[in-house]
Amino acid sequence: MDISNYLYLSVILFTIGALGVLIRRNAIVIFMCIELMLNASNLALVTFSRINGNLDGQVASFFTMVVAACEVVVGLAIIVTIYRSRRSASVDDASLLKN
Amino acid sequence: MVYLIALPLLSSAILLLLGRIADKWGHLLATLVSASAFGFGVQQFLQMHKQPGSNRAVTQKLFDWISVGTFKVDASLLLDQLSICFVLLITGVGTLIHIYSIAYMSHDKDRRRFFAFLNLFIAAMLLLVLGDSYLNLYVGWEGVGLASYLLIGFWNQNPVYAVAAKKAFVANRVGDLGLSLAIMISFAQFGTASFSGVAAGAPHASSAALTAIGAMLLLAAAGKSAQFPLQSWLGDAMAGPTPVSALIHAATMVTAGVYLITRSNFIFDASSTARMMVIAVGVITLLFGAIVGTAKDDIKKALAASTMSQIGYMILATGLGPVGYAFAILHLLTHGFFKAGMFLGAGSVMHGMDDEVNMRKYGGLAKVMPVTAITFGLGYLAILGVPPFAGFYSKDKIIETAFNSGGSKAIVIGGAALLGAGITAFYMTRVVVLTFAGARRWKSEAHPHESSFLMWAPMVVLAIGSVASGFLLSMGSALVNWLQPVVNASHVASGKELMKPMTVSVLALGVVVLGAGYAIIKYRAVAAEAPEKVSIFTRAARMDLGQDIVNDKVFVKPGFALTAGLVAVDYKVIDGAVRLVGWLINEISDVLRKIQNGYVRSYALMMLIGVFICVLILWMVTA
Amino acid sequence: MTLFHLALQVGRTATPEAVQFWLLAPIAVIAALGILVVKKAIHAALLMAWVMVTLAIFYIAEDALFLGIVQIVVYTGAVMMLFLFILMLVGVDSTESLGETIKGQRIPSILIAVGLLGLVVSLLGRATITQPAVGLATANADGNVQGIAKLLFTEYVWAFEVVSALLITAALGAMVLAHSQQTKSKFAQRDLSIARFRKSSLGGAAGLPTSGVFARHNAVDVPALLPDGTPAPTSISQTLKARGDMITSDGFALESIEEQED
Repeated sequence: MDISNYLYLSVILFTIGALGVLIRRNAIVIFMCIELMLNASNLALVTFSRINGNLDGQVASFFTMVVAACEVVVGLAIIVTIYRSRRSASVDDASLLKN
Repeated sequence: MVYLIALPLLSSAILLLLGRIADKWGHLLATLVSASAFGFGVQQFLQMHKQPGSNRAVTQKLFDWISVGTFKVDASLLLDQLSICFVLLITGVGTLIHIYSIAYMSHDKDRRRFFAFLNLFIAAMLLLVLGDSYLNLYVGWEGVGLASYLLIGFWNQNPVYAVAAKKAFVANRVGDLGLSLAIMISFAQFGTASFSGVAAGAPHASSAALTAIGAMLLLAAAGKSAQFPLQSWLGDAMAGPTPVSALIHAATMVTAGVYLITRSNFIFDASSTARMMVIAVGVITLLFGAIVGTAKDDIKKALAASTMSQIGYMILATGLGPVGYAFAILHLLTHGFFKAGMFLGAGSVMHGMDDEVNMRKYGGLAKVMPVTAITFGLGYLAILGVPPFAGFYSKDKIIETAFNSGGSKAIVIGGAALLGAGITAFYMTRVVVLTFAGARRWKSEAHPHESSFLMWAPMVVLAIGSVASGFLLSMGSALVNWLQPVVNASHVASGKELMKPMTVSVLALGVVVLGAGYAIIKYRAVAAEAPEKVSIFTRAARMDLGQDIVNDKVFVKPGFALTAGLVAVDYKVIDGAVRLVGWLINEISDVLRKIQNGYVRSYALMMLIGVFICVLILWMVTA
Repeated sequence: MTLFHLALQVGRTATPEAVQFWLLAPIAVIAALGILVVKKAIHAALLMAWVMVTLAIFYIAEDALFLGIVQIVVYTGAVMMLFLFILMLVGVDSTESLGETIKGQRIPSILIAVGLLGLVVSLLGRATITQPAVGLATANADGNVQGIAKLLFTEYVWAFEVVSALLITAALGAMVLAHSQQTKSKFAQRDLSIARFRKSSLGGAAGLPTSGVFARHNAVDVPALLPDGTPAPTSISQTLKARGDMITSDGFALESIEEQED
């Protein structure tokens, strides 16, 4: 099997994640889509690691996971804060910075 | 020496600041100050007279005025043989006119202000003639311009008078521009603006620079002395009270141009081109003024035209070089006497005739105003140059010098000067005949009467001056020798004389008799109203030979058009460009603002589009 | 354990890996697409979890054993649990209408996304064709975990420390964000006691009556009797009353005093 199939899968998942960020309104779903994009890039990193025959890609992927965890923690806290004041998890409701 | 200037200035400040409190005694203070300045001047003169010729000039430094880099100007005064002549004239005639004004202005509720301005004028004029550098002179130059403006517009409740004041001020500004340019050029050329510094540098300077300085100085002189082409303001300046016309616009201020050129003799000696321009201006103006004078029915305007013409003679004399300066100053001094006297006489007539100025409404006044008539008549004989009156010694000398200036141009200049003398005789005779002789043309309700002692005393003094000053000053070439160290007349070229003095005198007397005789015949009997059907020449002379029309067409109208054009350009092009930028930004912002809709997802889309473009470029680059 | 090793062996051989990929990858893509279209966030979370597990399997197949395990533990375990927890807080049942409300958002988004996909796929096609895969057999000679540990604590130790600081900061930040500001002082024992005596009557000052009929029946489902012999309604829980699990205290009432003396 051609190993670059993993990369194509990675690209497809990344694009789907990006599209999800653009067209979904629920902040939590948007967050999941961001996680999907991060995971897709992780898959690409792991595949690169295999192609190049060293573990640096896997280490980078590991760091990505840690950063993603941080992001989730803070991001979800923000969502909760917004929800507490607005009773809504829709990102479109937080649109006061306009015109 | 500084008190000469400081006292009148202080008095002027006191009168202006104290206001109505000083109404009662203001005129006395002003007159006293003026008289004491005259006394001080006489004392200085006697002191100077004792010294030998080379030691007579005195310099007094007051303070460091400007000290910028290499440019240093001290506020210092220079009293030499030339300045003392002016000091005596200014303070002497000034005092007489102060005395005259006490009576003349006694019915004016603003008499105190009038005297304050007179003192201001005296101070500024003294500063003008005592300054030891062009910059100091410039301060006085502007000061007399200001005083002249204030006094012409003294009755500024009359809009016509206010406009006349403005006209004088603007015309003077044009001349002032010339003086400031001359100062700048001389600083650029010689690194100094003092008379001595410029005099030392002038022989080594390029002729172009000297001609430029000379031309600019001539422009300044033309502005202040009402010479062609800036002559138009003097006639209108008669809007001021008559003592003002006598002091400022006949005896002193208008002669400042002559002083400036005489003082700058080192410039004009070194540039024959500049000298030629001076001669041209002098000749044109002396004829111009004389011709205008023949048609004026307003007694003051006729005298003003005469003043213009007489200053033309002085300017002509200064243009003739070292030999002419002394005669210019001589004529200036004698003219100061007889013209001031005649103006005061005119004022006296107006005073008696309820401020009527039209000579056609006078006639036969000699009987009711004998003192005025006699003093005026003496001045008249002096200006005509009838021997042995003052004008004979001064004007005939100028004509003679013009004839003897050498070359073919001498005949033209001399001829013009001689013609001017004839016309002068004509229009002055006209004035005298219309005013004092012939039938009474005034209305029955007018009660002409002789003026009070305070008014006729100065007239008498000036009349005596008109008779004697010429003889006294030229006896044994007194003034010529006196001024010799200043005007550097030692190297007068004794060229071939074209005419003997006697010939010139006879000739001049001849044309004077012709002009006067023609005027007597013509104006023996005259209507009280000016005739409408007159020759084109008379009409032209009545409208000042079109000086105002020319000014209007050549300067004012194009000036207005230029201003309007510049305003339009400023509004449409410059402002338009600014507004266009603002409008464009507004419109673009209006479009771009719609992108800022506040939705995070929209911003994310923008970001993704950016990513897409980056990847697209990457894709194209790696293709 | 043996089954796990077997799966590992199968995954590593070339052909089984292809089989596994072609089985799992389409499903993962379908699940990912599902996230875009499902209405309920909880369904999206489940689909997400499935994609993550699939990716974990792929990691293991790609000789990244450590990452595969971490993927399951951290992502599918911790992060997804966190998501679900927040979903519980915000409301599990909330459904979202999928209609687009921002003008000019959906169509351009899809176009740009598809365009981007095409571009990157095209770029990948150009880039990877020439290079044969090296494989991780050499790098993983001492074991995958050991290999990563060696890199992490030598070459990447600085980044590792920085990331740990980031993690702590994030934890603190989340606490600060989630912390709600107390606007008034706590209602403590003292305040309760004061409030009890400030009521309109002093009836409840000593507390509510206890349930049960003294000496006869002390169960919580029997109301206490008041001195006049009627049951006290405040002595038992309102819940029991509502559920009908209440016994009347009539049967336990004493006879009249006269009868007792008999």
